[in-house]
Amino acid sequence: MFAASEALKTLSSGWFLENAWLIPVIPAIGFAIIIFFGKKLPMKGSEIGLLSMFASLVLAGGAAMQWIDRVNSGTKEQFIAPVVRTWDWWQIGGMHFTIGQSIDGLAVIVLVVVAFISTLVQLYSTEYLKGDRRYTHFFAALTLFSAGMLAMVIAEDTILLLLGWEIMGLCSFMLIGHWWEDGANSRAALKAFFTVRTGDMGLLIGVAMLYFASNDWTTENLGVSGFSIRGISAWALSGEPNSTVILVASIALFIAAIGKSGQFPLHTWLPDAMAGPTPVSSLLHSSTMVVAGVFLVARLYPVFFTGFDILGTGGNFITVIGGITIVIAAALAFVQNDIKKVLAYSTVSQLGYMMLGLGAGAWLPAVFHIFTHAFFKACLFLGAGSISHSASHHSFDMKKDMGGLRKFMPITYTTWIISTLALCGVFPFSGFFSKDEIIDNVGHNGYQLFMIIGLIGAFMTAAYMTRATYLTFFGEPRGAASGEHHEELHDDHATSHDSHDAHAVHDSHGDDHASHGPHESGWRITLPLVLLAVLALSSGFLNATPFGAKWERLKVWVEPRPEVVMETAPGGPGHAYVLALPSAEEGAYKSPCGSETPKEGVCYAPKLQHAPFKWSKAFLSLGIVFLGIALSWILSTMLYTRKDKRLVGLTERNAVLRGGYNLLINKYYLDVLYEKVIVKAVAGPISAAAYWFNQKVLDGILHSVAGVSRVASGWLYRNIDQRVVDGTVNNSGKATKGAGGVLAPVQSGKVSQYGALLFSAAAVAALVLVIINS
Amino acid sequence: MVAQNIGFAIIAAAMVVGALRVVTTTNVVHAALWLVVVLSGAAAQYILLAAEFIAVTQVLVYIGAVMVLFLFGTMLTRSRIGTDSGLNNSYAKLGIPVAMVLFAAMSLALADSFGTEELPTDSSLINTQQISDQIFGPYLLPFWALSFVLLAAVIGAIVLARKD
Amino acid sequence: MLVNQFLFLSALLFCIGVYGVIARKNAVLVLMSIELILNAVNLNFVAFALRNGSADGHTFALYIIAIAAAEVGVGLGLVLLIFRNRRTISLDDLSEMKG
Repeated sequence: MFAASEALKTLSSGWFLENAWLIPVIPAIGFAIIIFFGKKLPMKGSEIGLLSMFASLVLAGGAAMQWIDRVNSGTKEQFIAPVVRTWDWWQIGGMHFTIGQSIDGLAVIVLVVVAFISTLVQLYSTEYLKGDRRYTHFFAALTLFSAGMLAMVIAEDTILLLLGWEIMGLCSFMLIGHWWEDGANSRAALKAFFTVRTGDMGLLIGVAMLYFASNDWTTENLGVSGFSIRGISAWALSGEPNSTVILVASIALFIAAIGKSGQFPLHTWLPDAMAGPTPVSSLLHSSTMVVAGVFLVARLYPVFFTGFDILGTGGNFITVIGGITIVIAAALAFVQNDIKKVLAYSTVSQLGYMMLGLGAGAWLPAVFHIFTHAFFKACLFLGAGSISHSASHHSFDMKKDMGGLRKFMPITYTTWIISTLALCGVFPFSGFFSKDEIIDNVGHNGYQLFMIIGLIGAFMTAAYMTRATYLTFFGEPRGAASGEHHEELHDDHATSHDSHDAHAVHDSHGDDHASHGPHESGWRITLPLVLLAVLALSSGFLNATPFGAKWERLKVWVEPRPEVVMETAPGGPGHAYVLALPSAEEGAYKSPCGSETPKEGVCYAPKLQHAPFKWSKAFLSLGIVFLGIALSWILSTMLYTRKDKRLVGLTERNAVLRGGYNLLINKYYLDVLYEKVIVKAVAGPISAAAYWFNQKVLDGILHSVAGVSRVASGWLYRNIDQRVVDGTVNNSGKATKGAGGVLAPVQSGKVSQYGALLFSAAAVAALVLVIINS
Repeated sequence: MVAQNIGFAIIAAAMVVGALRVVTTTNVVHAALWLVVVLSGAAAQYILLAAEFIAVTQVLVYIGAVMVLFLFGTMLTRSRIGTDSGLNNSYAKLGIPVAMVLFAAMSLALADSFGTEELPTDSSLINTQQISDQIFGPYLLPFWALSFVLLAAVIGAIVLARKD
Repeated sequence: MLVNQFLFLSALLFCIGVYGVIARKNAVLVLMSIELILNAVNLNFVAFALRNGSADGHTFALYIIAIAAAEVGVGLGLVLLIFRNRRTISLDDLSEMKG
């Protein structure tokens, strides 16, 4: 049946790949050390955090290099098996629960991203949070978060993935509410936690469903349990699963991704999460945690591929959600005055792109976009932090406290511009290579409508980022940026900002702003900015499709090969038997993976299509982007600087525009819907029912019990206590008295009586004796 | 032998009558005198029983001292010399059956155990020497105790009776 | 002579004495009845002494006589004292118990 297969080479491995499980363990140990000893250390625990993250980064880098070697050690079509190590930690009734690592290209790329940005953010935080009241705990939580995300990434089984997922949620809560003395911050933390939790139910249901559905097949064919991610992937592509089951499981898992990655309708928590310190926003809520949902979909891609029949239809659940998210988030970014909120909505929108890509079968572009987006979005956030730290006196309000900052903060300005251009997708910055590939592949795979949505989104992205850039760096300095006095600004801060540290609760820090105006930040802030900006510029060339297949490195290294694998030993290095002669061009041979059940062996990844690059399409999207930038620049100048009479106050004069503006300002009234309608509708009746139950049922029972016991005790008192008990006591007294009365005359005091008694007794005794003895 | 029996019978009769008169007479002095009769009868019985020392001691101590004491007591307590009605108390009626039951029991016992046993006639008679040997021999301790008793009695009587 | 005749006599005297103790009201008369009892016992002892041929009976009889004397002395002293305090030696009147 098989054509002659090439002699396949054994894949190389290495120490870093084998011991990649250390990557999350080191930060976890770091977390423990910081918690217990951090306050006593000279740098208050931040040195441990930095060191552990740097160690993880080194290990991740080593693993990446060894993975590249591994890929190169195999043939072009050979399935590069992940490096798997598992340990049995519990057995019950024949079920084995294992924990372990499964390192493949996707894991390596995300590991490097997370470790790298975590290290940079830790360095950044040492300057940004200097003198903070909970400095040590901040670093502890930050380190723990990294440990959790890294654990999720290397996870070989869904249980470890779930564990890492939950740790991330916990750390997100802790970090958003870092300055919890301000009620708004703790409310935001709770909102984030609960919203993501709503989605997490989907994860639990999904994991459980997949386990029960796949366990039999995976144990029989691969010798692993239904928790193993490889096992689930192979099962999904084997043609065996019931289509309804796998559809429901995919929907459940995707709901978790909606929550975690801030897709519509569970996106409401992300903008509020900006209440946390800026390093948190740049690490968690832009580059790493929010991509966990995307990572989940990418990791378990075969499940979604089969469940939603991704290459077969023109639209599915994932693409719909992704598409909606792109547009609504971009629209909301236009009406924000808070720079971090603009970036938050931008993040939501970009996550929508990633989801759209995954939903449309553009797996590699979406993963590549994770990679590039992390760098430029983190750079943008850190830049916003730099502005607030050194220029706008902890304010994030663009209209009130920023403006004209390009003169004062050259490094921040330059890195911001680079990252913005990358975000907009301008050639040759990295965003062009990733975002445009998504849009291109979406269209190529038959999702034309969504391609158009993606292009509209690109236009809007360019527009709102230009607006934000203009307000921040151009024009005249306003408010704190112009070096205005402290005190007046305090009241403004307290009343106008709900999403960041109110100055009243902020601790001492190098407070020399009062003396001079905005200036560039220290090296610990600008170095990460520069590094990230360099990457925002250059990382695109790792997979530069426009320049030909030779430049598509990540495609070779990261994308799993859709080949049939014969497992000679469970978890062992796979030998792929190719069904027909290999050909480099697409369309010459078809791997059965993803379209039909493999006759022998298993498939780990479905066969996907890749759109051939055409410069015409690129020019179209570039043109749209430039149009967006230009239009926005013109409008911003007219509205903000020259205060053109036709534009200023337009939304107040025009009813339609005012309605649209109100809709956007109120975030489509979704928050109202969630909090006031849904939560109240659920909690209200429940509390009323509980109250009714308490008053009528519980208290009723109580009262009737009391009544019964009153009657019973009354009866008891009258009959038993009074009659029986007291009667006994009284009668025993009477009896004693009677006996005493009877016996008293014996002691009459009369001697003769005594004598009489004595001798009578003697007589009787004598008689008795005589009678006995005779 | 016969003479002893007759002698015994006469003396016994006198004693019984005398005893009965002691417990029934209404005159206290008469009762004392009848008691003298009983005591002397007892002394005579002792002679019959070949216990001369006891007989003599009986006469000396009992009749000579004790009866005098009784008479003194009677005088000093102004019991009416002469008839005195109601010298019996309310238990007198009880006393008769008690005494009778007691006598019946004792008689039964005696009749049962001794029957018609005769006193030995040829045993060596007990003389005073033997008595003193016993007193100062095995029964020395009771003798001493007795002396203390007598001492106590003497002192007690004086203490009780002195006019203070 | 039968042993029993002496013993019967002694029993009879004893019982008469018992009756006297029970029945007599005058304290002195009660003491006299007690004398009767003691004498009856003496008679018993001496009879047995002769029967057994030992001097133990005699010794006891002597002791009893001595005790009787002491007892009468003290007894009459008591009676005298009672008479001084109460002006009566009638046993019926000498009870202060209320029952």
